[in-house]
Amino acid sequence: MTTRPRRPLRHGLPVALAATLLPASTLTGCGVFGSPDLVIYNAQHEQLLDEIVPIFEEESGLDVELRNGKDLEMANQIVEEGKDSPADVFLTENSPAMSIVDNAGLFAELPASSYATIPDQYVPDDKTWTGFLARSTVAMYNTDSMTEADMPASLMDFAKPEWKGRVAFSPTGADFQAIVSAVLAIEGEDATAAWLKGLKDNGVIVQNNLVVMQSVDSGEVDAGIAYSYYWYRDRQENGSDSDSSALHFFGNQDPGAFLSISGAGMLASSEHKDAAEEFITWLTGTEAQQAMAESYALEYPLNPEAKLNPEVKPFDELQPPTVDVSSLNGPQVTDLMTEAGLL
Amino acid sequence: MTGRRTPPLLLAAGAAVALLALVPLAYVGTYVVVIGPVDLWHLVARPRIAELLRNTITLAAACMAATAVLGVALAFLVERTDLPGRRYWHGLLVAPLAVPAFVNGYAWVSLDRSVHGFAGAFGVVTLSYYPLVYLPVVAMLRRLDPALEESAWSLGHSRVRTFRSVVLPQLRPALLGGALLVGLHLLAEFGALSLLRFPTFTTAIYDQYGSTFNGAAATAMAGVLVLLCLVLLLADLRLRGDRRYARVGRGAARSVVPLSLGSWRAPALGALVVVVVLALGVPAYSLVKWLVVGTSTQFPVDDLTRALVATVVLALAGAVVTTLAAVPVVWLAVRHRGWASTLIERSTYVANALPGIVVGLALVVASLRLVPAVYQTATLLVAAYAILFLPRAVVTVRAGLEQAPAVLDDVAHSLGVGPLATARRVTLPLIAPSLGAGAALVFLAISTELTATLMLSPIGTRTLATEFWAASSELRYGAAAPYALLLVLVSIPATVLLMRTDGPAAQTQEVPA
Repeated sequence: MTTRPRRPLRHGLPVALAATLLPASTLTGCGVFGSPDLVIYNAQHEQLLDEIVPIFEEESGLDVELRNGKDLEMANQIVEEGKDSPADVFLTENSPAMSIVDNAGLFAELPASSYATIPDQYVPDDKTWTGFLARSTVAMYNTDSMTEADMPASLMDFAKPEWKGRVAFSPTGADFQAIVSAVLAIEGEDATAAWLKGLKDNGVIVQNNLVVMQSVDSGEVDAGIAYSYYWYRDRQENGSDSDSSALHFFGNQDPGAFLSISGAGMLASSEHKDAAEEFITWLTGTEAQQAMAESYALEYPLNPEAKLNPEVKPFDELQPPTVDVSSLNGPQVTDLMTEAGLL
Repeated sequence: MTGRRTPPLLLAAGAAVALLALVPLAYVGTYVVVIGPVDLWHLVARPRIAELLRNTITLAAACMAATAVLGVALAFLVERTDLPGRRYWHGLLVAPLAVPAFVNGYAWVSLDRSVHGFAGAFGVVTLSYYPLVYLPVVAMLRRLDPALEESAWSLGHSRVRTFRSVVLPQLRPALLGGALLVGLHLLAEFGALSLLRFPTFTTAIYDQYGSTFNGAAATAMAGVLVLLCLVLLLADLRLRGDRRYARVGRGAARSVVPLSLGSWRAPALGALVVVVVLALGVPAYSLVKWLVVGTSTQFPVDDLTRALVATVVLALAGAVVTTLAAVPVVWLAVRHRGWASTLIERSTYVANALPGIVVGLALVVASLRLVPAVYQTATLLVAAYAILFLPRAVVTVRAGLEQAPAVLDDVAHSLGVGPLATARRVTLPLIAPSLGAGAALVFLAISTELTATLMLSPIGTRTLATEFWAASSELRYGAAAPYALLLVLVSIPATVLLMRTDGPAAQTQEVPA
């Protein structure tokens, strides 16, 4: 008879009990859960903010905390949190999420200096937030099975039966939902609902735009709907997911040429408004805009002073449709997509 | 035994745990009422729901069956045959627990894009979850009284018939508990199924929440998911029945004479190699490959260290809190059976069928409305972990307590020992291994928990799992790899503890209950 196998547990239990007391001191003590000078709810790509926020911290001496999530998830979370929200600044990939927070009256009006470098059409009339980056809608196509001539003239054509099983898209992404909001603003509710139904029948549904690109490049589908920068990023990195594909820009003010705006806003409930203003002013300033232009991101900076890699299709050749950035209706889009069975 | 009076404090403790566990359900229930029957019907009776229902049920049924067969077969091979290197095989077979399902999904998808849809999801999820059946079955096999099997043989039963009629029935609590966990877990799985492009209710709810935060459609889907969970619970309740599996004595006296595999040795070894290669080899190879090959690979040591510290601290706190919370629940369910005890035990299971994001959101809403002070604190996150992982602790601790006969308590009482001293001197030593196993399981689960952590982690707190997810969902496989490897390293101590907890004990007295 032996009790040897039990011995570790005899010691293990007191150790485990002691461990309950450890976190309370550790959580506050070792800085892992410290208190920051500025809290940013970030729905833009985490990697981009991880690149530029340290520059801001260095210059301002402020300690910034990033809480990362997705556009609509975070917008709705801010609405749910209301005036208790710990967020000082909200950054999105697309403007419909900004509208949700704006419509709830939770943004503070920005001082003119914080969006001075941004062209007027990318700032809503009530000046509650400002655009800081733009992304162009695009169709990707597989160059082994398709040529530029095979691509449709309009994004709306992907709902036609000849595209059955041939087009990939990510309906759960805020990017695609922003594109739908543009279609809704341009084509109206009935046309949008019919288009979504066609896409549900035709489309290969994947989880995000990167997988859209992969699916196109591998030949699993002939074409995909996404933003252009994904393809350019892959080209810049190693081309493994873009070497058998190309971009088709719709132009002609087609909904498929929609230019989506990334927004930055300051919460009215913020207790760090000076820091929040300082950050947004910095974000739209030439230095940060140039840093973002030179980063891996390859999204379009909105400050005309910043120069993007020349391999990316120039901003002034995009021919986007005219859409009021502050009027895109996110909730109606999710309703229509739920109705179409895409969500 | 059942007639013993239930101590009010114990009942209060159990009820408090059950109430906490029911917060997410109350959230869903309240919302369903608020939506109203007409809108609810509109949201539920649509083709998308039928599609999700079909996907979810097929996948859950297939995975539960596969993990049950795989779990019992592997446990039998390792515990009851003369397989060479049984101890090492045991370690290798438990090890996949340290590889989260979503890491496994990433490993397969990043190597071969054709792994997706039902087949991909079925394969990857089965390989990730079979240890949930394997482990409790092994623990039970080790504790079975060999005298029963020997009696069967002496009465002329073959090994096969003995296994079927004597061993298998005794394995039932472990097997059913494990398969139930697999089913419930699958209902809540998000990461792997999202990567493998197989939509179920949970991924659909996640998508809806991502788009609408707490919209009606998501809550309606969560309602259907809860119903699916209740079906599993009722099935378990029926199958488990009211049997007792008590045994006297600490651990099995002797090992059963191992079954000689003979000419089956090579195929058996081959099968084990296949399982280990698929469940462990592929993720390991994939991670190492991306670590080495990935062009985006960096080693941001500071970020890695921060994420590691946050993960370990949260997982330790959560494991201890959850296991302690499981004790009154199990004690009531095993020692004071009755409707109240059953209700309390079942309550703790429900949350496991809700995706982490629903639990997360429920706690966000509840904390903001009821106790704003805990919002955005580690306390709230640990509470979410306790809700999410109580079922694991309860199943494991319960299996242990069922083996500790209540008659020993009566003996202690008759010798004048008070109830607390009895618990400490008699019962606790008997259930200590299962407490350890329960805490280890919870530690593993928390260190790889994703969705509730994303929702509830205090600002700035990033865990290994959330950092991994951020990178892998952007297909930065190389950048994700160091986090995944750290996740595995963090889980190794708990996995080793699991392997030792029920180590073959050598005791002599055996009195079948």
